[in-house]
Amino acid sequence: MAQITLIEAVTQALAYEMAHDESVVVLGEDVGVNGGVFRATQGLQEKFGEWRVIDTPLDEMTIAGVTVGMAVQGMKPVAEAQFEGFIYPMMEHIACHAARMRNRTRGRLTVPAVWRAPWGGGIRAPEHHSEANEHLFTNIPGLRVVMPSSPARAYGLLLAAIRDPDPVMFFEPKRIYRQYKEEVPDDGEALPLDVCFVLRDGTDVTLVSWGAQVKEALEAADALAAEGISAEVIDVATLTPLDFDTIAESVAKTGRCVIVHEAPKTAGFGAEIAARLAEECMYDLLAPVERVTGPDTHIPLFRLEMKYLPSVERVVDAAKRTLAAS
Amino acid sequence: MTIAAKFEIEYLQYLDAEGKEVRKDLPEFAKDLDHMVELYKLMLSTRVFDAKSIALQRTGKLGTYASCLGHEAAHVGIGSAMKPEDVYAPSYREYGAQLYRGVQPREVYMYWGGDERGNDYQKEPARHDFAWSVPIATQCLHAAGSALAFKIRGEKRVAVCTIGDGGSSKGDFYGAINMAGARQLPLVAVIVNNQWAISVPRKIQSGAPTLAQKGIAAGLFCIQVDGNDIIAVRKAMEDALDRARNGEGGSVLELVTYRLGDHTTADDARRYRGKEEVDEAWAKEPMKRLRNWLVKKKVWDDAKEEAWKAECDEWMDNEVNAYLETRTQPVSAMFDYTFAELPADLEKQRDHVLSLDQKAH
Repeated sequence: MAQITLIEAVTQALAYEMAHDESVVVLGEDVGVNGGVFRATQGLQEKFGEWRVIDTPLDEMTIAGVTVGMAVQGMKPVAEAQFEGFIYPMMEHIACHAARMRNRTRGRLTVPAVWRAPWGGGIRAPEHHSEANEHLFTNIPGLRVVMPSSPARAYGLLLAAIRDPDPVMFFEPKRIYRQYKEEVPDDGEALPLDVCFVLRDGTDVTLVSWGAQVKEALEAADALAAEGISAEVIDVATLTPLDFDTIAESVAKTGRCVIVHEAPKTAGFGAEIAARLAEECMYDLLAPVERVTGPDTHIPLFRLEMKYLPSVERVVDAAKRTLAAS
Repeated sequence: MTIAAKFEIEYLQYLDAEGKEVRKDLPEFAKDLDHMVELYKLMLSTRVFDAKSIALQRTGKLGTYASCLGHEAAHVGIGSAMKPEDVYAPSYREYGAQLYRGVQPREVYMYWGGDERGNDYQKEPARHDFAWSVPIATQCLHAAGSALAFKIRGEKRVAVCTIGDGGSSKGDFYGAINMAGARQLPLVAVIVNNQWAISVPRKIQSGAPTLAQKGIAAGLFCIQVDGNDIIAVRKAMEDALDRARNGEGGSVLELVTYRLGDHTTADDARRYRGKEEVDEAWAKEPMKRLRNWLVKKKVWDDAKEEAWKAECDEWMDNEVNAYLETRTQPVSAMFDYTFAELPADLEKQRDHVLSLDQKAH
């Protein structure tokens, strides 16, 4: 079985679902002959033709609105936003229509669509190509916000997202698009969209993260293990609707929690998890919840961007602070 | 001088303001006088419905309502030209078109009366149409996406969207007609130019002499139509629908009409336009000319008018009663359609909200 990268897993999932469900179409800028600027749709147009892998005019609003229309007609469009920084013109169609269509028509019309977007910093990209803005979507009712952190989860979660009867934002951490390979059987097996994944068991502290930062969380767990500290690592994977139970169970065991994310701190999705811990797990906590996040600034241009992104050292330090507190 | 491109915009009118035929080549459907009477009757029932809606709002039985007074020819013309299998993506004023496609007055009242069930149109073909789109012009792209789906699946169906003169300023409108032109989609985008976007007049929306010509830039067929002349509206719609259905591409229609009422019941148009202008518009309104024409053809008279009005009154009274008798949805209804299946996390929130509601009783 071939070993594939995260982005190859995205392509594999799209190809699998397009081959098995002819209502699935892909649309976006440069997704056709060019195979996407990151090559996520490489080879798909050759295989499925230009009416199922559709190069659109260069207008994000058009892509988003057309996606809503196609989905209402019973297709399963998978739209690509070329970069998360260009997703803003799409938001009206996502928030005002896709996410509320089922509700406002009492289930008469629905939008089974997926919006994929390369997400986050760390690839020395130009301005507006490195944003972490998932929290702008997690506050929209009726929308699922999903972010894979490995090739296998990219494959299984994207299949689940396409099959889901409701709209899904699928953010792909571009920093780890090609970071490593793993075996991902092309068996069409979807992963559940309603659970967090416990990637590593531990007893002293819970590290909660998603997307590219799961890498730092796992590396921090290794570093902590070397010092005799046992860290549990949770990949949230589906941010909303949130499987808080998995996080609560872990914190009930460890009593400590460090939340790691790339987006700005204030009102980032970590704030929601921290608030839930305060509401529901106060008496399990042995130390204040720590957040390791980007600061409340714009991500700098790339000379400084690695100073912005949460580092392994910051995660290790935060974990140690929770241990020092009790 | 070398000309790179040249264009002209046809203006279509069959009946003048008094109902006199200004050209002799009446379209086929207009020769069927029974059908023309049916169209007139629906225009009249739309007007009765509209007056009833405003009365309901003024007596506190309806929330904010957007009147369609003066748009009857435009709206009924659109609705009557479409085939059942087509899809309609309206904004929030096109009741004449929607009644034709099976939307029930009680559903309009439900929606403006604060109940999502008003968008759950029960009768076909409205049942597969889009619900009212409040964010301006966004429905144009939903129609374009529908048209793309029809083209991909090889279905002979057309997507129709309507926007106002103000709506034609928005990127969504341009995006939709641009996509339709680039991909030869079966889309008919209808600009119902009623001269006013709340308080902003047509001339401030665009420096283009016609709004129809916006479609030229997208490579679509474009025409300007007397929007108060239902024969012209219906004819332009039929032609546009035929072209779209036959794979000949999309169209932009500009129906020139006038918003005789306020923007909504929350608006007071006297703040921004003079009585003279409105009086002039009343002289060109759509009912009179069709009535004159039908009377001259001896298929309509005062007695028929009164009888039909009385029938409409009864119809609307029934609809109003059905609406007023509708019980408010249970509190759980705000959760029921958020997702296909209620996620566990949301189930907890629902239970909490339900417990608060029970405590309050």
